[in-house]
Amino acid sequence: MTTATRESLSPEVQDVDRVTIRFAGDSGDGMQVTGVQFTKTAAVFGNDISTMPDIPAEIRAPQGSLPGVSAFQVSFSSYDIFTPGDQPDVLVAMNPAALKVHLPDLPRGGIVVVNTDEFNPTNLKKAGYETNPLEDGTLSSYRVFQVPIGTLNARALADMGLSAQEIDRSKNMFALGLMCWLYSRPLDTSIKFIEERYGRRNPKIAEANIKTLKAGYNYGETTEMFAQHYHVPKAKLAPGLYRHISGNEATALGFLTASKLAGRPLFYGSYPITPASDILHQLATFKRFGVKTFQAEDEISAIGAAIGASFGGALGMTGTSGPGIALKSEAIGLAVMVELPLVIIDVQRAGPSTGIPTKTEQGDLLQCMFGRNSVAPVAIVAPATSSDCFNMAIEAWRIAIKYRTPVIFLSDFYLGFGAEPWLIPDFESLPRLDPNFATDPATFKPYARDPETLARPWAIPGTPGLEHRIGGLEKGHIDGNVNYSPENHDLMTRLRFEKIERIANDIPNVEVFGDEEGDLLVLGWGSTFGVNRTAVQRVRAAGKKVSQAHLRHLNPFPKNLGDVLKRFKKVLIPENNMGQLQLLIRGRYLVDAEGLHRVTGRPFTISEVEQKILEMVD
Amino acid sequence: MVAKSAGDSPIQVLTRKDFISDQEVRWCPGCGDYSILAQTQRVMPELGIPRENIVFISGIGCSSRLPYYMNTYGFHSIHGRAPTIATGLKASRPELSVWVVTGDGDALSIGGNHILHVMRRNVDLQIILHNNEIYGLTKGQYSPTSPLSKVTYSSPMGSIDWPLRPLAVALGAEATFVARSLDADPHHMVEILRRAYEHKGASFVEIYQNCNIYNDGAFEEFTAKEVRADRMLYLKHGEPMIFGKHEDKGIRLNGLKPEVVELGKDGITEKDILVHDETREDPTIAFLLSRMDYPEFPVPVGVIRAVQRATYNDLMEEQIQKAIAQQGEGDLEALFRQGDTWIVE
Repeated sequence: MTTATRESLSPEVQDVDRVTIRFAGDSGDGMQVTGVQFTKTAAVFGNDISTMPDIPAEIRAPQGSLPGVSAFQVSFSSYDIFTPGDQPDVLVAMNPAALKVHLPDLPRGGIVVVNTDEFNPTNLKKAGYETNPLEDGTLSSYRVFQVPIGTLNARALADMGLSAQEIDRSKNMFALGLMCWLYSRPLDTSIKFIEERYGRRNPKIAEANIKTLKAGYNYGETTEMFAQHYHVPKAKLAPGLYRHISGNEATALGFLTASKLAGRPLFYGSYPITPASDILHQLATFKRFGVKTFQAEDEISAIGAAIGASFGGALGMTGTSGPGIALKSEAIGLAVMVELPLVIIDVQRAGPSTGIPTKTEQGDLLQCMFGRNSVAPVAIVAPATSSDCFNMAIEAWRIAIKYRTPVIFLSDFYLGFGAEPWLIPDFESLPRLDPNFATDPATFKPYARDPETLARPWAIPGTPGLEHRIGGLEKGHIDGNVNYSPENHDLMTRLRFEKIERIANDIPNVEVFGDEEGDLLVLGWGSTFGVNRTAVQRVRAAGKKVSQAHLRHLNPFPKNLGDVLKRFKKVLIPENNMGQLQLLIRGRYLVDAEGLHRVTGRPFTISEVEQKILEMVD
Repeated sequence: MVAKSAGDSPIQVLTRKDFISDQEVRWCPGCGDYSILAQTQRVMPELGIPRENIVFISGIGCSSRLPYYMNTYGFHSIHGRAPTIATGLKASRPELSVWVVTGDGDALSIGGNHILHVMRRNVDLQIILHNNEIYGLTKGQYSPTSPLSKVTYSSPMGSIDWPLRPLAVALGAEATFVARSLDADPHHMVEILRRAYEHKGASFVEIYQNCNIYNDGAFEEFTAKEVRADRMLYLKHGEPMIFGKHEDKGIRLNGLKPEVVELGKDGITEKDILVHDETREDPTIAFLLSRMDYPEFPVPVGVIRAVQRATYNDLMEEQIQKAIAQQGEGDLEALFRQGDTWIVE
């Protein structure tokens, strides 16, 4: 955010390029809804957007407590952005705990909007404040706007005959209205949302929400508190029709699209787990598309059912997070052995064991690569951004079908819950996926292979004359009968390995952003795309010979990766783990890649990566 | 035998031989699994299903080798997980006839969770549990159905694990079809397998199977031909629970306690004998039957429970049809454009 003067008396509009707002409050305060709604408003207006929710681990931690703070950060801009921003320009703190948790991230001079109603002795104590930060100078280096949001909201809804609780629940919409005014956003998107969400079910609540939304907006306009408001002009995105999409939504849509492209029904077996459950919820609403969702009794059953569905000719899929992948390992090995198409989603979360379910991390790469007994290679794809989840979901199925192999779709919390504008694709222009079932009894052999891809036939029950038996025991080359001979096992191990390697012939080369050679290559995978890109842009602007490459295929790697790596003097791999891609790159290409490792449960900040780059090239 | 044809495929005459695969059967000579395989192959042509629509799915263990020997579609999966694969297959391809082949260790130990859920969901498939009360493939450890004090390689001083009763587990898991048969009675087994197929829903069949290597004669004291009539109770729907070589003994209910009584003694007549009703919704009596052990009682075999409830796969299809009826068939392009959209020029 740029200059703002407090001297001017009448509110004026000032253009700014980019603004980052963080909404923070108690987990019951509706901060996620507020954030998402503001995001949509910005997106519909034509800004580029990037978001990051920060959800407490507990569903309802004690009210007003520090662990109960829920936050949502949205960055919107007039140019392409790749991250939700390192630091917010504006912090909306609905209670003392929210202020306590998030104030350290706000740069000096930033705007704080506080809901003064909640700053009472009880809440201050819960947040660990000995004195009131609104009075003791804590906020002296920020631009503070004290708004009694609760009182104003209650006053706006006074005559509606609502309970105190119903009134209190609407106060997030007052805050949303206020922010819409401050950043010159019209209210129609939010009004439409409220009407859709509550209109039919509870028209009175809808009316209340709209009333307080407008009250918040009008409060901004009529008080002299804000000397200025801001306008972020439209971004120059590629032309086309856009919508706002979260990574998990894009994932579900991508898999549904793959099913339509293949002309085969989608079957999704899943056991509820944060942060993957959203995908199950989403797919469960696609019944009219013939999608079948199966909420299994456990992670193993979820993948077992998916394998059964694939055996029957459906697109069998399962989705989970890291702990679930651990439970599915044996079944993934089975899918490797029976060589059936299967897609496994891993929306990674933080920590080993249960860890921190609502925080992001990239700790499962090696588990997905190697976490099975014996030699059991699978293909791995990783979307780079939230909207890229759509593309990579289709790509996962393209590979799974063509190569008759399990494919792991490696997403993470940040990608899954983050959101950005999505250029809506034209379905007709997407390439079809051919299941290419075996049908001819005269030529059918269960483990005969396509000479190019090494894929075996997909022969589904119901096909006369192709009755055959598959299973987890080692199979004989071509005939598929149980076979324990040493030479056959060696051959089959090599064939399964080679099949995955050959996928490299069929995936795009990794692209280099910046010059094709130079002092440093920043290599990444998954959700680090945005920070890496922005950090590289910054150092390039300062004249550094630094480029970026980002992997969306992790097994096998793109064919040109070795050559790309060798064209740079140094390689940096920032990861939210202790160096997993780094280990693979070093092992595979004998390149002395350096790592940058942060496992805070949050994405990197741009400056962390930027600083490391500068250390390495200066 | 003339098989019913599916759709317009030509009517085929199938025999038992059509269901024998080209694979050499590798169970130990004398194993009870041979009988189960033979009866399974025998009943198949009688069911009138095209061979390509039959799928056998198993887990791990001696019993789980059975799919290799059936000339149908087959899937020998991983330990305990056959019900999950079968669920996914049946849910996505309801027209297939799906059979789960499992054992006491596979179904009740490592796969205990799945067996519960496949039954309570009432997925329309047949679950054939070969119960030999031992781990055979791993060479003789006690299983979840081995009796207390059973001496095995892993329990040299006797097992200290209280055993499960498979039928009671099935009833507890809300199974709609629960039956028991034995390897030593082929005719009975064929009849029970047919009944299991005919039942719409998850059909659970326990088959006493002799492991002549690691647990020989586990059931012999009541299944041996010469004593069977006196020590086993062949349940027939609608008939009194009478047994004995001379049909002179029966089961009477004394309050909630079953007891063995002699017909003709103390004025007891057939009217006092409990009549078997497999369709009874209340599973109390079925549960009592599941707990009747030799020597206190004759061991019941036959269909213990067969009640009707909507199947999982039917309900799944119904929801899809309902969603289409209410919202129309899915339009992907419209779904892409759902919510707020904007145009960038």
